[in-house]
Amino acid sequence: MSAQITMIEALNRALADAIESDPKVLLFGEDVADGEGGGVVGISGGLSTRFGNERVRSTPIAEQAIIGAAIGSSLNGWKPVAEIMLMNFVTVAMDMLVNHAAKLRFMSGGQTGVPITVRTMTGAGIASGGQHADYLEAWFAHVAGMKVIAPSNPEDAYGLLRSCIDDPDPCIFIENLLLLGAKGPAPESDHRVPLGKAAVAREGTDLTIVSHSRMVIESLGAAEALASEGISVEVIDLRTIQPWDKPAVIESVRKTGRLMTVHEAAKPFGIGAEIAAVVNHELFGKLKAPVFRLGGAYCAVPFTRPLEAAFAPDASRIVEGARAMIK
Amino acid sequence: MKNSYVPDAETLVEIFRRMALLKANDEHTRRLMATGRLITPYYSYRGQEVIPSALSVSLTDDDYLCTIYRGIHDMLAKGMPLKELWAEVAGRVDGTCKGKGGPMHITYPKKGIMVTTGVVGSSMPIANGLAWGSKLSGDGRVTVATFGDGASNIGAFHEALNLASVWKLPVIFLCQNNQFGEHTAYEKATSAKQIADRAVSYSMPGVRVDGNDPYEMYAVAAEAVGRARAGEGPTLIEAVTFRFHGHVMGDDDSYMDKVRKQAAIEADPYPRFRARLIADGIADEALLAGIEAKHNAAIEAAIECALAAKFPDVSELRQDVYADDSLVPEESYA
Repeated sequence: MSAQITMIEALNRALADAIESDPKVLLFGEDVADGEGGGVVGISGGLSTRFGNERVRSTPIAEQAIIGAAIGSSLNGWKPVAEIMLMNFVTVAMDMLVNHAAKLRFMSGGQTGVPITVRTMTGAGIASGGQHADYLEAWFAHVAGMKVIAPSNPEDAYGLLRSCIDDPDPCIFIENLLLLGAKGPAPESDHRVPLGKAAVAREGTDLTIVSHSRMVIESLGAAEALASEGISVEVIDLRTIQPWDKPAVIESVRKTGRLMTVHEAAKPFGIGAEIAAVVNHELFGKLKAPVFRLGGAYCAVPFTRPLEAAFAPDASRIVEGARAMIK
Repeated sequence: MKNSYVPDAETLVEIFRRMALLKANDEHTRRLMATGRLITPYYSYRGQEVIPSALSVSLTDDDYLCTIYRGIHDMLAKGMPLKELWAEVAGRVDGTCKGKGGPMHITYPKKGIMVTTGVVGSSMPIANGLAWGSKLSGDGRVTVATFGDGASNIGAFHEALNLASVWKLPVIFLCQNNQFGEHTAYEKATSAKQIADRAVSYSMPGVRVDGNDPYEMYAVAAEAVGRARAGEGPTLIEAVTFRFHGHVMGDDDSYMDKVRKQAAIEADPYPRFRARLIADGIADEALLAGIEAKHNAAIEAAIECALAAKFPDVSELRQDVYADDSLVPEESYA
């Protein structure tokens, strides 16, 4: 077995390798420099000491200013990685992201592009309540010009983050708070995961589960439990939410005849709805069961433990859903 | 104001040349829209010509500009070519942005025109990024963010000025205080007696200047450009002016005080500056009339060229969304 590293180590290594290999890469955000702790959970620890406070820089708590600095420096030839500490805080910078980062390439007729990477953390499960835990990937997937990425393991996190930093388009890179300590094989420095390519996290024949981020881990747990009941589940880890890997999903569902989508964001208008609609269109009449969607409850992420535990889908609800689909 | 920032004769004529271009372009635009041959949202800048004209003579093509929906005067002063501008305003394929941006979203990097925003206040955070990039690379460029008085009340202004000051960026925040934020008069919307005062909160120089006086405006702008280029940090300039027309072409401007408006039009800085150049012996009537005639001919040619040009093909809907056009979902094809 190869060396194991955590998600935090993988992200730190990806940032370090990117900054080291390309003098145009910048990293900035609230508290990211070592003087401020190297990031609120240490993801950028050591980087400002190693690369200097110009290229790894702590900012005021001012999300519009942060994303504006990213957009402007990218127009000036830099490759900025901006950290918006928690995904809910992107709401403060939505004008910069939606009206400017996503649209400048189109509105300029291709004269300019905005090659920025916005790293942000989120996820229910640590009692942070309604304004520190939302998954807002569907908002960004709906804005033409944005790319949305959400890894489920350290190796993919490394490869996807490196790809985002080198990508010519604006990328929103979502890190799950509960997975930060999760371990996986250590990637090589040339490891890349192409954007837009899903991974088959587990092969199966009876049901396809399409998921991303932490819900992939829940889906894999459910698949293991279902295997003991004789139900063979294929788990697809989207990795990139937009542009999503439509051929991989269609191919899998064509084989299994059943599709379940699982995400932590609320089910109504979530990305599962888009995937379900496309699969229904492509495989109309060939599905053995209606597409089944699982998502977070339609409420703010709750604080208290029993409510928070019931908020997001988990392996047991995935198992129940799968049983109903196969029956 | 430092004595060293007195414009010489050549600079004064150049400021006039730019003002004449801006004024003529506005007049042609409004005239053409009235005929129905041009349909576009249009935010007239008539009355504000001095500000970008007297600033831009201190900038180079390499310096950056982030402007706003009322920004065609800023672009023209920065060197935007008429043919590409008019083709864009008319939505034609040979416009600067292939007709996909329109007058509110023009980009023209060849002259440093990097962003034109339709969102109040949003020029400033992006200007910081451009300026930061220049500071990091040491390329010596200055970035100018222009905006109106209304924008000094939005969060982006405050976030941007704070960051620019903390990071000592080579950026100039140029507020064109035309007395109205859309339909609302300055006094009803802005707590500060003058916008320049807001610079105090961000520990940067804040200068209020008569934006209709080319001599004063030149001096203040030249000093701010010099500060930025020397690495001494940002400046907030409040250039006081008056918008001769309503917020957008077609509104009835009933919210504008008629007496104030009439007084502003009577004090039109264009004929005043023109007469002074002649009275001071800087230029003669023939020179200035020649400049005006040349602009009019060039604008008329650009308009005819634009209106005769092709519209972009609908396949452009799939282009420039991403760097790789093939990533656009097929379902979106109209």
